[in-house]
Amino acid sequence: MASTAAVPFWRAAGMTYITYSNICANLVRNCLKEPHRAESLAREKVHFSLSKWADGKAQKPVLRSDAPAV
Amino acid sequence: MFKQASRLLSRSIAAASSKSVTTRAFSSEVPSTIDSTFVESWKKVAPNMDPPQTPSAFMKPRPSTPSSIPTKLTVNFVLPYASELSGKEVDMVIIPATTGQMGVLPGHVPTIAELKPGIMSVHEGADVKKYFLSSGFALLHANSVADIIAIEAVPLEHIDPSQVQKGLAEFQQKLTSATTDLEKAEAQIGVEVHSAINAALSG
Repeated sequence: MASTAAVPFWRAAGMTYITYSNICANLVRNCLKEPHRAESLAREKVHFSLSKWADGKAQKPVLRSDAPAV
Repeated sequence: MFKQASRLLSRSIAAASSKSVTTRAFSSEVPSTIDSTFVESWKKVAPNMDPPQTPSAFMKPRPSTPSSIPTKLTVNFVLPYASELSGKEVDMVIIPATTGQMGVLPGHVPTIAELKPGIMSVHEGADVKKYFLSSGFALLHANSVADIIAIEAVPLEHIDPSQVQKGLAEFQQKLTSATTDLEKAEAQIGVEVHSAINAALSG
């Protein structure tokens, strides 16, 4: 059983695979030539609002938006 | 009456399981036959109830491994936002696994390979198509189907070399000035990805 297998450096630093993979993908996107770069960065924009609930009421929402401010 | 039933049933299950179920513990074949001894014992004890189904009864059988190695490899290459290749029949793909460039031919041993940032090339006759993958996984199945999953895959022509050099210099600088483990890891990832792109552009 490989329970003592060597872990990748990013996991040893506390990063999960998804975080690692997303960072790699972002770096690649930033290295693209112009029309492709703008397209790929636009494709990855997110916009969401997250609120935790307690006692049946929504607490202060966390808003994450990459949409250009209007 | 039902207490008796469960006692008799557990005895007959134990008898049946010691013969057949335990030996199938790690088999990769889904048993297509239902355990007949169990069904018979069940019918003796509870003839009006259907025997319970086991999880294997709900599983679809695995696609069968052809007895002779197929001539072509079927590749499914997917990204989160697009399906680059879907069921394409090719001669060979070379994938950038963490253990090095891996050539996949039809009949490759079933493998799950983690991919590192690098070039994947798809060979079809004399055509070779190359993509730079950011990272991902390659699932190679026994029936010569390869599922390759990546988050970003770009043709080499779409990459801007000057941006790559800038990025490499920036992350090398960050690596020397990093303090926490996390910063060091991020800088290290930056250096690795940019070096891989550099190698891909020049190689």
